[in-house]
Amino acid sequence: MNLPVPEPLLEIKGLKTYFYMKDGIAKAVDNVSLQIKPGETLGIAGESGCGKSVTALSIIRLLQEPPARIVGGTIDFSTRGDLTKLTQAEMRKIRGNEISMIFQEPMTSLNPVFRIGRQMSETIKVHQNVSAKEALNRTVELLKMVGLSAPEKQIKDYPHQLSGGMRQRVMIAMALSCNPKLMLADEPTTALDVTIQAQILNLMNELKKRIGTAIMLITHDLGVIAKMAQNVCVMYAGVVVETADVVTLFSNPLHPYTIGLLASLPRPHRKGEQKQRLNTIRGIVPSLLNLPGGCKFSDRCPNVFEPCKKWEPPLVSVTGPKGRHLVSCWLHHTPPNE
Amino acid sequence: MAKEQILLEVKGLKKHFPITGGLLKRVQNSVKAVDGVNLVIHRGETLGLVGESGCGKTTLGRTLAMLETPSEGEILFEGQNILNFRPKQLRALRQEIQTVFQDPYSSLNPRQTVGDIIGEPFDIHDIGTRPEREQRVNHLMEVVGLRPEQFHLYPHEFSGGQRQRISIARALALNPKLIICDEPISALDVSIKAQVINLLEDLQRDFNLTYLFITHDLAVVEHVSDRVAVMYLGRLVELADSADLHRTPYHPYTEALLSASPVPDPTAVTDGIILKGDVPSPIHPPQGCRFNTRCPFVVEKCSQEPGPPWEELTQNHWVCCWRARERRNL
Repeated sequence: MNLPVPEPLLEIKGLKTYFYMKDGIAKAVDNVSLQIKPGETLGIAGESGCGKSVTALSIIRLLQEPPARIVGGTIDFSTRGDLTKLTQAEMRKIRGNEISMIFQEPMTSLNPVFRIGRQMSETIKVHQNVSAKEALNRTVELLKMVGLSAPEKQIKDYPHQLSGGMRQRVMIAMALSCNPKLMLADEPTTALDVTIQAQILNLMNELKKRIGTAIMLITHDLGVIAKMAQNVCVMYAGVVVETADVVTLFSNPLHPYTIGLLASLPRPHRKGEQKQRLNTIRGIVPSLLNLPGGCKFSDRCPNVFEPCKKWEPPLVSVTGPKGRHLVSCWLHHTPPNE
Repeated sequence: MAKEQILLEVKGLKKHFPITGGLLKRVQNSVKAVDGVNLVIHRGETLGLVGESGCGKTTLGRTLAMLETPSEGEILFEGQNILNFRPKQLRALRQEIQTVFQDPYSSLNPRQTVGDIIGEPFDIHDIGTRPEREQRVNHLMEVVGLRPEQFHLYPHEFSGGQRQRISIARALALNPKLIICDEPISALDVSIKAQVINLLEDLQRDFNLTYLFITHDLAVVEHVSDRVAVMYLGRLVELADSADLHRTPYHPYTEALLSASPVPDPTAVTDGIILKGDVPSPIHPPQGCRFNTRCPFVVEKCSQEPGPPWEELTQNHWVCCWRARERRNL
């Protein structure tokens, strides 16, 4: 285990990542602030286009620039300072080493023309200054750790020879190969079957305990968040609308969007009982080029009132000492006087 | 519900896809996608069909819609074996069975307007005059929650949820009796899923529809279905009333699926079976019970042919497992 670091491992303040497109500026991430403590799992929940993946790509600086550009805010990481100020050469030393990332689709994120062993040992060679043989030995160890049955043989396989679950295990092994302080996991189990998903989630939890890596887990599946995360951020249209520890968020959601999301999940019903209609959130996820003014959720919100259309609510704490429960909604703090 | 009427019955249905190879393109083997399925669908019910990818659930659905020709077995629709139908009869049958596919991006023609897409079934089956068709399409659009002024728009101008509404309107056009919904909500956002589920439920009530609802999402299937069938490697392993299946699963695979699906409640205790390994290949399925290679309760008998019988263990609760009776003290 690493020594406990008192400050947050990663602190994002007011991050703005915009995409400059022909039709206008898409504010994919617009004033996002969040923090991750060492060794914790932070779940980022939200629907497609809410900016959860772009937040992760901004941290690890893998955005296509242009059209994307980080136009504001800071990303303070551990002892490295503000990541947005680093050059690509400096970032390269951090990527895969201190911060690593696993993606949704394990087939497209592995290179199809290189054997597993070569792809994995490359990361180790680049960052840890060891011989090729030593790197390959470490690769075998890592593959054993993530539960591959015959790693000595499987390092000679090409990605297409492995199943989806196995490929995701290889991705996780690769992401953990340099004992990173932070792992960004972007929908790591979305492409997998439920029984395989359960295997991978258990594996991630187990390895997190062993290595002490903090995980930023991006998913649209609130069930996965409930199982994995200690703290949760709910994002909508580029902003964080609510953040709290996982128990508080599920038992006492405050933002109408979070409430709506949780209520729209199907729940078990008793035998013979009349089927309950699901609660829905009206309308559709808005386009980032055409967001409503004021609160971005205002056009779908069931509790919308006057201030929502005028001002964008700030993300402010609503509870006292019990924990960090922040919400950005005018229902929960006083709107400014004109 | 009155005495349930059988709408569709499947007996010993098999669909094997040949694998050809070698210089002469000889058949070397086959993918046993559906391998001996017996099933009834009652009029007016929603039958859920769950299973992991590659278990054959989509192929089963496509075969029932006559989009694939079965290799073996019988499909009885309203008592008639549709495999003996002449082309003309088959054409008439296609009005009765419609499909909603998973991906609303690839299942709509990008060059047709919404009005044309929804109206195409009328062209194909030569129903009504032009103004009648238009009126009917407008009505259908209203039923599924699209606005009439969207008649002349193209699919790319719609979001995923709205496209799925277009697919549903098209499926409804000919007043079918059975709609096969193949993962209709899997590609949609969380807040949109609930809207589409509610729409499907409303339509079922208003038009007296029967659904075969194919999905991998157990929480959704429990919500929408009256009965649920669980499929593994081309065969059904369990079939029961939705609530029964979720409360007292008989088959270890169903148990594993249930305990693997994440519950949106952080205080939930998760124990139960975590399966090891992957699904075996449907080209060389295991001998005996298909699940024996991953089953935690496996005994010697399980890997021997013939496999366990498909039997009704308690009322309306079918299972295919040698040890179900003993494990559930029945």
